[in-house]
Amino acid sequence: MNIVVCVKQVPDTWAEKRLSDQDKTVDRNGVDGVMNELDEYAVEEALRIKEAQGDGEVTVLTMGPDKSVETIRKALSMGADKAVHLVDAGLHGSDALATSYALAKALGTIEHDLVILGVESTDARMSVLPAMLAERLGASQLTFARKVEVGSGTVKIERQTDTGYDVVEASTPAVVSVVEKINEPRYPSFKGIMAAKKKPLTTLSLSDAGIEADKVGMAGSGTEVAEFAPRPPKQAGQIVKDEGDGGSKLAEFLASQKFI
Amino acid sequence: MAEVLVLVEHVDGAPKKVTYELLTLARSLGEPSAVFIGNGFDNAKDKLAEYGARKIYVAADAELDGFLVAPKAEVLAQIVSSSSPAAVLIPSTPEGKEIAGRLAVKTESGVITDAVGVDDGFVAKQSIFGGAINVSSKVSKGTPIITVRPNSTAPEAAPAQPTEEQVSATISDAAKGAKILDRVTEKKGGRPELTEAAIVVSGGRGLGEGKNFELIEKLADTLGAAVGASRAATDAGWYPHTNQVGQTGKTVSPQLYMAIGISGAIQHRAGMQTSKTIIAVNKDPEAPIFELVDFGIVGDLFNVVPQLTEEIEKRK
Ligand SMILES: Cc1cc2nc3c(=O)[nH]c(=O)nc-3n(C[C@H](O)[C@H](O)[C@H](O)COP(=O)(O)OP(=O)(O)OC[C@H]3O[C@@H](n4cnc5c(N)ncnc54)[C@H](O)[C@@H]3O)c2cc1C
Ligand SMILES: Nc1ncnc2c1ncn2[C@@H]1O[C@H](COP(=O)(O)O)[C@@H](O)[C@H]1O
Repeated sequence: MNIVVCVKQVPDTWAEKRLSDQDKTVDRNGVDGVMNELDEYAVEEALRIKEAQGDGEVTVLTMGPDKSVETIRKALSMGADKAVHLVDAGLHGSDALATSYALAKALGTIEHDLVILGVESTDARMSVLPAMLAERLGASQLTFARKVEVGSGTVKIERQTDTGYDVVEASTPAVVSVVEKINEPRYPSFKGIMAAKKKPLTTLSLSDAGIEADKVGMAGSGTEVAEFAPRPPKQAGQIVKDEGDGGSKLAEFLASQKFI
Repeated sequence: MAEVLVLVEHVDGAPKKVTYELLTLARSLGEPSAVFIGNGFDNAKDKLAEYGARKIYVAADAELDGFLVAPKAEVLAQIVSSSSPAAVLIPSTPEGKEIAGRLAVKTESGVITDAVGVDDGFVAKQSIFGGAINVSSKVSKGTPIITVRPNSTAPEAAPAQPTEEQVSATISDAAKGAKILDRVTEKKGGRPELTEAAIVVSGGRGLGEGKNFELIEKLADTLGAAVGASRAATDAGWYPHTNQVGQTGKTVSPQLYMAIGISGAIQHRAGMQTSKTIIAVNKDPEAPIFELVDFGIVGDLFNVVPQLTEEIEKRK
């Protein structure tokens, strides 16, 4: 079974994230990039499936600026076999509509039975790309998986829901997204890091992937940011040390705010 | 006035509160039409009228219940193409967002998720990067598709006499690719639902062991609140994962959020940052949760929480 894992490089979790004043996109220059945390679980799951099946290849796919190679390297040192990097100035500013189109095109250049993604990126936080990719590829949608079981030609997942989980099954090709309960991602070993340097990395431009330029980037996007502003500073909260009457103080506060 | 579609979120026909919120919001933007998909329409009908639906599209094909997301997006796409609404509003739940995403692809439209409000001209208000930045955005292509967070609008009744239109959806084989074999409920009953509750009381690793969640439940019950938990608590098996609040749990935006024995890691904040009033009890004065609070107590939760519960009981 051949698996593609989509990973995204995002601003470091703890870094102060900003929008660029010029074009209102996420500022990726001023901050350190890391692999989107949830995508580590996606890579791990792909590797476990491959190890259990004993055949097939795991390919990492990323769309993002040059710097995203760092994230590709990380996935390769965890154990992925090869990587595809979709990078082109024309992609800058792509929203979900444009990104799903571009990723679907790039996926068209890689032979695969399964696409695995993280359930959400920490910068966009939309949690829509997996469903949009399934729609574009005409593949089955198996998202929010907290458990994945691969049979021959079928995949069964436990989909996390509001009240528990659904057991959902589909035949391949399928698009899977994973939640963090699914596994514990491995750390790259020294050997893995050395090996990653020699693994094949293909770079795709818009034309390499057959992407129409007017369907991506700012112009190809379906949304635009009209304006943005830092949230007006919240009045500093009141913090008191418990002197044996902390509970009563809290109750007083709740009463003053009409909660009780 | 322009038609605004609202996707009804329901359990066996009983609409969830967010549906009334979206109908109320839609009324401020145009003429609200409800779209009801699935079984149990008889339970929903009067309620949708009460909250001002002018028209209701009903797709009651029994088959629709056996599949996820994809068929619902197909039904919506058919209605969008036949009635060209001014916008589509969908509850910002995991499934709602996925439906919105697929609908966006089908109709070549822009999609905006997690709006906390929608103004004239379908300008969506969002709070991004953990609440640090407020953004106004617009859909510039196709039909605006906007998912709106529960608790963003106060629902107001405005009785109407809706017309009904049956939609006989033709569901493609592709959309029926993923089949639901079983639905498993793990939730503890009796308390309000997390995403809809006006008050949420959450417990974290500070509780020390699962049985101490009793403290949280007691406090929650005196307030009529829902119970939440940090990932540390759900991972330890102290509370069901369905109650996890945060990036990979639920996003809540209640009037009051109480974090008890929770440090306030960025992934936790991602799910509760937009709560109107925030309270924390933590013995570590340096805990990051205190950066967010309106009122915080630095102290041992095992002393503070029982006292608080008792005080509230007294004042009732
Ligand atoms: C991909 C990913 C996704 C994640 N998703 C989520 C998510 O959805 N939701 C989530 O919550 N987390 C999530 N996390 C985990 C998050 O990073 C934190 O690990 C978690 O939120 C910590 O939970 P906690 O605050 O209960 O525990 P801790 O960080 O251990 O904090 C416990 C707190 O309790 C206090 N305390 C201890 N004893 C007492 C006492 N007797 N009285 C008062 N205070 C006391 C301590 O001072 C401390 O501040 C995610 C992490 C990753 C990597
Ligand atoms: N530019 C990208 N390149 C590769 N994968 C991506 C990209 N953007 C998003 N993804 C994948 O889609 C998932 C969900 O992203 P989102 O819908 O933006 O929250 C992420 O966890 C990634 O696996």
